[in-house]
Amino acid sequence: MRFERREHRPLALIILTPLLAVAAALALSGLLIAAAGAPVLEAYWRILIGAFGSRLSATETLTRATPLMLTGLAAAVAFRARVWNIGGEGQFYLGAIAVAAVGSQFLAGAPGYLSIPLLLVVGAIAGMVLLIVPLWLRLRFSVDEVVTSLLLNFVAVLLVSMLIDGPLKDPLAFGWPQSQSVPDVAMLPKLVARSRLHWGFGIAVALAFVVHFVQSRTVFGLKSRAAGLSPEGAAFAGVPLARTLLLVACLSGGLAGLAGAVEVMGVKGYVTTDLSPGFGYSGIVVAMLAGLHPLGVVLAALFTATMFVGADGMSRALKIPTYIADVTVALSLITMLVAVFFAQYRIRR
Amino acid sequence: MSTVLDIVASAGLWAAVLRIATPLIFGTLGALLCERAGVLNLGIEGIMTFGAMIGWLAVYHGTDLWTGLLVAAIAGAAFGLLHAALTVTLGLSQHVSGLGVTLFASSFSYYLFRLIVPLAGSPPTIEPFKPVTVPGLAEIPFVGAVLSAQTPPTYLALLLSLVLAYVVFRTPLGLAIRMTGENPHAAEAQGVNPMAVRYGTVIAGSALMAVGGAFLTLSAFNSFFPTMVQGRGWICIALVVFASWRPGRALFGALLFAFFDAFQLRLQTAVDGVPYQVFLMTPYILSILALCVMARRARVPQALMQPYRRGER
Amino acid sequence: MTETVLEIDRVSKSFGDNKANDAISMTLARGEIVALLGENGAGKTTLMSILFGHYMPDEGRIRVAGADLPPGRPRAAIHAGIGMVHQHFSLAPNLTVLENVMTGTEKLWSLRSETGRARAKLTALAERFGLVVDPDARLGDLSVGEQQRVEILKALYNDARILILDEPTAVLTNLEAETLFVTLKEMARQGLSLIFISHKLDEVMAAADRVVVLRGGKVVAERRAAETSKAELAELMVGHRVARPVRDAHERGAPVLEAAAVSVRIDGVDRLKDVSFRLHAGEVLGIIGVSGNGQAALAGLLSGTLARSSGDILLYGEAIGDLSVADTVASGIGRIPEDRTREGAIGEMAVWENAVLERIDEPRFSRHGLVDRSAAVAFAETIVSDFDVRGGGPYTRTRLLSGGNMQKLILGRNLAERPRILIAAQPARGLDEGAVAAVHARILDARKAGTAVLLISEDLDEVIGLADRIQAIVGGRLSPPVSAGEVDARALGLMMAGAWKKEAA
Repeated sequence: MRFERREHRPLALIILTPLLAVAAALALSGLLIAAAGAPVLEAYWRILIGAFGSRLSATETLTRATPLMLTGLAAAVAFRARVWNIGGEGQFYLGAIAVAAVGSQFLAGAPGYLSIPLLLVVGAIAGMVLLIVPLWLRLRFSVDEVVTSLLLNFVAVLLVSMLIDGPLKDPLAFGWPQSQSVPDVAMLPKLVARSRLHWGFGIAVALAFVVHFVQSRTVFGLKSRAAGLSPEGAAFAGVPLARTLLLVACLSGGLAGLAGAVEVMGVKGYVTTDLSPGFGYSGIVVAMLAGLHPLGVVLAALFTATMFVGADGMSRALKIPTYIADVTVALSLITMLVAVFFAQYRIRR
Repeated sequence: MSTVLDIVASAGLWAAVLRIATPLIFGTLGALLCERAGVLNLGIEGIMTFGAMIGWLAVYHGTDLWTGLLVAAIAGAAFGLLHAALTVTLGLSQHVSGLGVTLFASSFSYYLFRLIVPLAGSPPTIEPFKPVTVPGLAEIPFVGAVLSAQTPPTYLALLLSLVLAYVVFRTPLGLAIRMTGENPHAAEAQGVNPMAVRYGTVIAGSALMAVGGAFLTLSAFNSFFPTMVQGRGWICIALVVFASWRPGRALFGALLFAFFDAFQLRLQTAVDGVPYQVFLMTPYILSILALCVMARRARVPQALMQPYRRGER
Repeated sequence: MTETVLEIDRVSKSFGDNKANDAISMTLARGEIVALLGENGAGKTTLMSILFGHYMPDEGRIRVAGADLPPGRPRAAIHAGIGMVHQHFSLAPNLTVLENVMTGTEKLWSLRSETGRARAKLTALAERFGLVVDPDARLGDLSVGEQQRVEILKALYNDARILILDEPTAVLTNLEAETLFVTLKEMARQGLSLIFISHKLDEVMAAADRVVVLRGGKVVAERRAAETSKAELAELMVGHRVARPVRDAHERGAPVLEAAAVSVRIDGVDRLKDVSFRLHAGEVLGIIGVSGNGQAALAGLLSGTLARSSGDILLYGEAIGDLSVADTVASGIGRIPEDRTREGAIGEMAVWENAVLERIDEPRFSRHGLVDRSAAVAFAETIVSDFDVRGGGPYTRTRLLSGGNMQKLILGRNLAERPRILIAAQPARGLDEGAVAAVHARILDARKAGTAVLLISEDLDEVIGLADRIQAIVGGRLSPPVSAGEVDARALGLMMAGAWKKEAA
């Protein structure tokens, strides 16, 4: 059995690939649902209803999709240049805590039109810094950034926990420790009244288009793509590898940090240690499902958010643990890998 | 200063060192085995999590502890088979495939656990491994006290490092594995089947990883809770580099690391004013430092991360 | 009576549309040395890979000493007594010589590796055939010639009675090659049967008893070496010869690129030592040498990817500091890299992207950081049409182009800009005769138009045909230049072996 590279992939195949992957993932987790004794189709129906059945749930799903779009873009941008940024989770948290810190300590009296952009930038920079470290270690010491960015996730969360317990502790909060809050004027306005959906959603979608533009039309986009496809070829053509990869890291880390900033500024205004239910890691799945394409990230993030939000409702009704959503999302990463492979190769005896 | 000496001199510390090192030894040996054949197995964090869960679950349902370890090993082997199929047969990115396995194995373990064990005030417990006293060893001053506090899986871990060191460097199987990891085409030209070797090592290595996870629930703690692995899997990956892919050094690295971990735990209670999170951070930071120190110097298996395709020279 | 030890019976093999082997039949007798002769792409390596079990044939059979050989498994071939010395060694640099040889020779599940016994057997073999090597040396530390000895010993250790050698002298100096053939003759005398693949006529005539000529995947002729001539073999090998262009007399211009005592250090080792040369406009300066003698360092230095550690470089008469890739492109230096699929072009990118990537910062291709796609595509289109690049257009994924067309694209993107200097490293490697002729014609055209060409090559015919002056590169050093009219292949061979060094010392 041999695998032979296909010469070209028809557009239909490219679009079909993630759909097939998702279908396969749903089928496989369907097996798990059935094994738990619940009706599979009804379970998926309830997930769909749970995600979009009402005005409230629809806005919830879009709200949930917002950080996923940003961490998905972060992963997609990085992976395209073969920078393995697995530290999205840590960058998210750093962005969040940086925003809470700067917002609560320094911007108490500032007007919204100043503090909102400022805080977004602060969040992005915090995320950037956390990814620059692993990348610099790779350039300088040839250390694989996968493991270092992963390990830093744990460091970042501990740092956040330390700050929330200490200098940034909200003295008025009872029970679960939380950070001090961003001033109300610095919060992102709502997109839909009486819901949690905020401007962050619009920012995320807009950024997807911006990233797409940068990747397809700019010199930087061309060079970073070259660096990802073939470091030797890019170097021979004069692409400055170190500088290009550092810029990619800034962009990727910045997007992940922005995810944290937006989540804080859009939803609750403060940071807790459980602010992220794994947005960083899910972002990687989103990026892969999107084929690393920025516009695909929007759709993949919507799918992922649908699973997570919908599973809550389904779980209440059918007594299936909500973790089924995590399982489905994880499976879709694997099925997407396999689907992409079969889109690129055909089997020959 | 005297605090430091007090801590170092206590048998309690060294007993903790061996206990903390045990899952790291299993995990590092497992990852090392895979990488020696040329496959990076980033599924380790998820596999350890699943091993922890399924071993505990088996014992909770009445099997004895050793069967629990065996069940974990088999589950680990199954995930290893998945990772091998993706990376060896299909030649997919070892990074992304491993991450997929980790995400899948972790979420699957939480799902299964929550399905079978309903949410309760405090998580249910089982009777873990009890410390074993080996006659003869127990009489040695100081060392005897340390060893007598250890449970059987720890002895197993220590034994395994020696066995694996022998196998990798002194047997034909070990040579076949090493050659596959250095140049699979050369291995094939000598009649070795690189795909079979990679499958075998990834499956065996993943089984070891799962046993390391099961140690957490069957020996160290006695219940399972989400995120209990806490990044130990990633630390093992760093330790493999630190150990230059040598089982003997992997044992040393795990012990060294466990020493720092046990030390900082005790320092925490002895020293006031420093937030406990700082101490908790040290294992991860140390791992990153270890990687930096060793990365350039270590002799990497040359075919690591390269998919092997027959006939493509 | 010499018995037949090997029979290849109508073996065919296709890769997609490419029929690499077409009903090939040949035999090998005990104690015979047969040369498998043919150009690049004629199907020699494919056939031998099938013999050794790396590939499964589509049709045909192989018989060893009368018994059918199970196809597709190296283990079966080894068991039948076939050993292969690969062109790109099947060795692991991180392991020792003994470990490399012992791999796969013992039962997989035995409890102990019998290193003592293995070492004794290896040493005995080494002595018997005069292939001296230290069993405990790390393979990566050995020289190329020594590594080849290990490759051969590996095959002999597995009790090979039939030995296949794939382009064995590709990486050896003349002296090492002579030693090798003495060894091979000794092996044949002791009863081994050998097939060696080559495209070098001198070797074939000197070392083989019989020659089998392959062309386009078929056997076109068989001759006893004593009964044929180089000229006949050349004609058989190439068939309808596409005449290679030959340079005509041409006045060279002023010096445009000079190096004085330049050294290049990579990872602490001097790969280029104290080299000097002077390149003039309108001439081809050929740098001839066996690969691995510093060519990569020289090409890298002049292409802007490596920096020098000492010495001076004058570009257009002015001393310069370190040359970056951007500097080379901006200064009118065109570069044809040795490895076209890794350095020369990025396979997954479109033809237009590969055409402009090294020039993307120029105002005609980008403004304010945005790529002017239509300008870039137009540029690519002119290259495709002017340089006869076939197999696609500007939007085609570059990896779909054949080797020859990819090389035309690379040549085109450089020559379209009328470079003043062209650094060409192994420009015709791996191409079929038609493509080679096209590449050579372009180089000569550029020379005529006044471009200074530095041609780095390991092909004697290429250098003799194209170069005005020649310098040999040996161990990182350059010989003094000789005029092409003053030397023949034999003299060049001596230069490549370092004969000039003694004079300098």
